[in-house]
Amino acid sequence: MSEFSVGIRQRDTVSVLDLRGYLDAHTAPELEKAFQKELDEQRYNIVVNFSDLSYISSAGLGVLMQFIEDVRRNDGDIKLTNMSHRVYNVFDLLGFPMLYEIFPEEEEAVKKFLNKTEKLS
Amino acid sequence: MTTGNTHTIESLRIQSRTELLSDMRTFVSDAARRFGFSENEVGKIELAIDEACTNIIKHAYKFNPDGIIEIRISSQKGDSSPTKFVVDIYDSGISFDSSKYTAPDMKEYFKKLRHGGLGIVLMKKLMDEVEYGHMSGQQNSIRLVKYLPS
Repeated sequence: MSEFSVGIRQRDTVSVLDLRGYLDAHTAPELEKAFQKELDEQRYNIVVNFSDLSYISSAGLGVLMQFIEDVRRNDGDIKLTNMSHRVYNVFDLLGFPMLYEIFPEEEEAVKKFLNKTEKLS
Repeated sequence: MTTGNTHTIESLRIQSRTELLSDMRTFVSDAARRFGFSENEVGKIELAIDEACTNIIKHAYKFNPDGIIEIRISSQKGDSSPTKFVVDIYDSGISFDSSKYTAPDMKEYFKKLRHGGLGIVLMKKLMDEVEYGHMSGQQNSIRLVKYLPS
């Protein structure tokens, strides 16, 4: 049964992870694998698009915490976008907006990465 | 003290496997919906039960898939207190000593980039009462209660 899936799109220097379905302790290893793949390929500009994610438990939030240090140490970031009200509430209850930038639309998050890359070059 | 009437509505015995978390969620959210909670409240109860069962699978049974989790749902109606939706979850794994638990300061949590341990924080935020118990015969229990808005 495919309760959860992660798709990866490349937008210039930015990797967009599209999450779909139900993210819990059973499916979180799938997301872990996707992040690990990005880090192995040394891609540290990561946008996570939640538009097709119906459900998240703390196991999903734990995966984001697991990778944020490595990503930021390499001048990258994990930016979060397109959350439903229900999914956003879970992040908000735990105070995650203190640590992660959350955007209504993917476009804004990607633009922020690309502007930063332009300034550096 | 309120002398409330307790009625057991239904119960589920299920193995401690993460692939069954969705069944545990469905069992409780269906009952909560029938009880009269709004979709928003059903979502909170569903998540709290997921977090409790995930902790049992991870910490009490250490991912041993043959452990048994029992979920019992009951309602309590007191004369002067709100109608309560009560979820008792039992396991026979390693006990959790809630007296040694202190909730993390989330600012510190993020500063130190910790991960894990968020389930219990969520349960307490999502439910009106969270209580850990230990019974003879090495059975652990956790009681999660949500008040039905009048």
